[in-house]
Amino acid sequence: MKIFLRSREAQLIAAILVMVAAIAFRFPAFITPSNLALVFNDTSILIILAFGQMAVILTRCIDLSIAANLALCGMISALINVAYPDLSLVVVLTVVVLAGAIFGAINGLLVWKLDIPSIVVTLGTMTIFRGTIFLLTNGAWVNAHEMSDAFKAFPRSTLLGLPILSWFAIIIIGIIWLVMTRTAFGRSLYAIGGNPVAAVYVGIDVGKARFWAFVLSGALAGLSGYLWISRYAVAYVDIASGFELDVVAACVIGGISISGGIGTVGGALLGALFLGIVKNALPVIHVSPFWQMAISGIVIIIAVAFNARAERKKGRIILKSAEAKA
Amino acid sequence: MKIGGTLAAGPFQRHSMPLPPRKPVTRMETPQNDIVGTAPVFSLSGISKSFPGVRALHNVALELFPGQVTALIGENGAGKSTLVKIMTGIYQPDAGEIRVNGSVVKFPAAHHASLAGVTAIHQETVLFDELTVAENIFLGHAPRNRFGLIDHPAMRAKAKALLFGIGADVDPETLLRDLGIASKHLVAIARALSIDARVVIMDEPTAALSHKEIAELFTLVDQLKSQGKAILFISHKFDEIFRVADRYTVFRDGEMVGAGLVKDTNHDKLVKLMVGRDIGQVFPKGESKFGDVVLKVRNFCHPTEFESISLYLRAGEILGFYGLVGAGRSEFMQALFGMTKPSRGTVELEGKPIVVNNAARAVQHGIVYVPEERGRQGTVAGLPIFMNITLPSLHVTSRSGFLKLANEFDLARTYTQRLDLRASSLSQDVSTLSGGNQQKVVIAKWLATKPKVIILDEPTKGIDIGSKAAVHAFMSELAREGLAVIMVSSELPEVLGMSDRIIVMREGRMAGEFSRQEATPELLVRAAAGISEQAA
Amino acid sequence: MSGNATPRQLPDRLGSRAKDLIYSWETLLLLVLAAVFTINSFASPYFLDPWNLSDATFNFTEKALIALAMALLIISGEIDLSVAAIVALASTMMGYVASLGGGTFAMVLTGILTGLLCGAFNGTLVTHFKLPSIVVTIGTMSLFRGISFIILGDGVFKGYPPEFAWFGQGYVWWVFSFEFIFFLAAAMIYTILLHKTSFGRTVFAIGNNQTAALFSGVRVGRVKFTLFLLTGLMSGIASVMLTSRLGSTRPSIAMGWELEAITMVVLGGVSILGGSGTIPGVVIAAFIMCLVTFGFGLLNVPGIVMSIFVGLLLILVIAAPIVYRHISQRRT
Repeated sequence: MKIFLRSREAQLIAAILVMVAAIAFRFPAFITPSNLALVFNDTSILIILAFGQMAVILTRCIDLSIAANLALCGMISALINVAYPDLSLVVVLTVVVLAGAIFGAINGLLVWKLDIPSIVVTLGTMTIFRGTIFLLTNGAWVNAHEMSDAFKAFPRSTLLGLPILSWFAIIIIGIIWLVMTRTAFGRSLYAIGGNPVAAVYVGIDVGKARFWAFVLSGALAGLSGYLWISRYAVAYVDIASGFELDVVAACVIGGISISGGIGTVGGALLGALFLGIVKNALPVIHVSPFWQMAISGIVIIIAVAFNARAERKKGRIILKSAEAKA
Repeated sequence: MKIGGTLAAGPFQRHSMPLPPRKPVTRMETPQNDIVGTAPVFSLSGISKSFPGVRALHNVALELFPGQVTALIGENGAGKSTLVKIMTGIYQPDAGEIRVNGSVVKFPAAHHASLAGVTAIHQETVLFDELTVAENIFLGHAPRNRFGLIDHPAMRAKAKALLFGIGADVDPETLLRDLGIASKHLVAIARALSIDARVVIMDEPTAALSHKEIAELFTLVDQLKSQGKAILFISHKFDEIFRVADRYTVFRDGEMVGAGLVKDTNHDKLVKLMVGRDIGQVFPKGESKFGDVVLKVRNFCHPTEFESISLYLRAGEILGFYGLVGAGRSEFMQALFGMTKPSRGTVELEGKPIVVNNAARAVQHGIVYVPEERGRQGTVAGLPIFMNITLPSLHVTSRSGFLKLANEFDLARTYTQRLDLRASSLSQDVSTLSGGNQQKVVIAKWLATKPKVIILDEPTKGIDIGSKAAVHAFMSELAREGLAVIMVSSELPEVLGMSDRIIVMREGRMAGEFSRQEATPELLVRAAAGISEQAA
Repeated sequence: MSGNATPRQLPDRLGSRAKDLIYSWETLLLLVLAAVFTINSFASPYFLDPWNLSDATFNFTEKALIALAMALLIISGEIDLSVAAIVALASTMMGYVASLGGGTFAMVLTGILTGLLCGAFNGTLVTHFKLPSIVVTIGTMSLFRGISFIILGDGVFKGYPPEFAWFGQGYVWWVFSFEFIFFLAAAMIYTILLHKTSFGRTVFAIGNNQTAALFSGVRVGRVKFTLFLLTGLMSGIASVMLTSRLGSTRPSIAMGWELEAITMVVLGGVSILGGSGTIPGVVIAAFIMCLVTFGFGLLNVPGIVMSIFVGLLLILVIAAPIVYRHISQRRT
């Protein structure tokens, strides 16, 4: 229990509760279940992407192409829908997830086989992915009226009172939680980031695990691509532009260490929710939404400072008396 | 054990850790006789291994017997760590054979060694701080449920049983980072047991443990023995060796110089084997002429690392610092050099009190430090030799901030020549040099600043014999020229051969001070290990 | 060593510097530049017109100014992702001063001071609080641009004094704009700073091995703080030019510039892991990106397609030596 209270999750829950309580004090409507469900729904895509980014960051890499990948896969789904309006959504979903995974695999292969720093690789693929959207469409938009109703309606349709979009997020939370805590792959991601040398000692292939982290990140970006396009019912080159930074921010706020090996599924979820609540609360408390960016900037800086303090290694304690006190 | 960055990324497979029951790697040959301990379960013969510029191991042999503890004894740099890396598949030997149960095997990667039942518990525990105890124990071979997912309840239960079996009071669900060093060791031991090891290597397992914890560890070693495991126990501490070991093997300078049963030997014989060399001949120690006191340290304290260190140092004097690894010597030296902040104490240089709160200030005052971790703290790999040498002297070689390459080359040439550096040119990348020559570059860098006090931390660690002699000779020469020298060393002959005076540290405190005349190997070893006269 | 029969003198260097120069990254970049130049002049009749070429430089000088300082920062092993946000904030502050009736001098001073302050803020967080620069500057990137949004919302500052336009639109002599001449001067200064001063030497030392530099008495924190300050300064100057050129300020100004500046730096041969690189390389890379953009523009290729090209170039340029090494290793 004591350990939990010191954890990032507990700090975030406390911060979120304080924030929500303060808002609710003046604007009780904010904490009605229906409004909170709206906030969650609005944050769903950020949550899904944060998990992909988390897997990559755990291995001491970073995926800056995640939003561009989303945009490209989103455009692919829109174009498929325009060309074959009657095609089953299951097929569309399968295609975007696969496409995203392949784009992620390109990142992963460059990092794994050529040892290029992930920041350079994904900086490059980020512009390539966006450029590819332009090549596919010649810069044209795919507008709402060109998409089929089923395509647009699916994420909004409700199941048990929640939109399908929210259910996607919930299911992904479950799957990622299983992957991270219950599979050898998930645990190996932590091992690689925490102690790469020791990971080799226990027989983990560091490069290969990184590759799969990028594939996972890509697949989730692909899925998010469809969700984004269908939700906003428009597709063009610049959708979700700059969103990769929100995703990294959610991870950092969630306590995922940029130097790898540290971070939990709960942390990433709460980090994303924190940003989502800030974004949704501002209009409610009559603060101009233009404050959102500066606020998330300050939150990121504070979160990094917290992360760094938690990570600062204790030196070797040689004196027995000091050890007893410590 | 220090883990170098030189691991070749082998074609390891992620899921290839063995699930018990283990696949037999070698044909199980039934020993000719039933008496446990007569046939070695693991043996090495003719093993050699070289690195650029260093011969780490030469034609060494080792045999481990089931149910017995073999102590591996040797100074730092004797080749023990390299041997452990060969036994666990991290390094490949240049020559020689590894046999498990009599059959020749090869360990091309780490998991091959663990498949064969060889596991190591390392000095600086190589585990994962952010994973739980249970996950650390079972990483790579966790129990699975029928969906193929990690079966946490089963893993927890198994971990609990393993930990209980070794008497460890550790909750399998705690994160490793929340444990103390002793508990981490226990987790490492549990991991070793979880893969059903036949051979357990314990690399200086007691280096960071308290007396009580050491006693508990020994109980555990006895338990492992009774389970028929073959144990390789690496330690500097003689009392521990006599307490737990059945057999011993002594390494010196990468060669095996002795082996036998512990009951047939004694403390003195082992020290002699380990130290070996005739001390007077190797070390070029001339007549010492001392000048005035240059450095005076009073009651230097650090909150966690050392306490009440006081010393004086005269010009022309070499002051040796002896102690076991982790005794706080390097930590003290780095505080003196301004890298860490002491909590109390004063430093006087040439009679004037000085405050050294960063390395730049220390260098200005004329106190310089040749670090033990040469690759990390000494040389700037990627820069050429001359830039390494002039780095602290740029204010001298440059004019109002603008570089003067000709001055830099002059300075570098002068000092590389003095130190007889072996290189093709001054523009060669320093990382392409051998360990000994890199050390010469670091020393040249500091001499170029014309220091008053030079601190050498394990100056000959990991360098070849030839360069060692050169460094020793040079150290004497420096002292003769009136430089005040502090030398930290864990090598007895070096300390005894080079020092005018010797301070021994143990557990962060001064454990004795000896003049050159009164110092003997036995005295130093006893002071460092804290053994009383009777125990030895 | 004294007493040694044959004291050896090491040569300063083996081989000639000229040979090193011929096989250098910069030479390769120059060849690429020449190729781009040749292809462009064949592809479009408008390319070789001096006024067209001069116009083309406006597109990149401001980013390249930032890239100069960024190169030093990356060589030292750090990075600043907030540069474009600094440009936006500095532009907003200039607009604010102008709206209060400030003249050209007050505006320029404000722009430069804002840049310096932002750089100092980044530098303090990284060197004093020891935070990783990549995430800190993601945070300050959001913060700086966020402040611009708070001040401006979806509004715009415009109506700057006419003299102010000179910084981004004026010409010093013939086709040579103030921006371009300033960039050449800055490139010269940064070349000297990095390659000819002891400060530059410590930057390389820190980038190759920060710990060893610290253990050699280098004041690592002070050097890094200076580099963040310089990056802020260059962003402030770039902001003055951009604001002057556009004649207006919106909070979304200079969006995405950090990536273009970093691409210039990496394309210029600076290792993203720190420790190596040259300013001439970065300058040539900036020219290549300028001419490629310009050439594509003349051929009516949209900017976004050109960004694919830049992305591919970035990865290929980094991958080529690695692939080459892999192949040559396999052969031996």
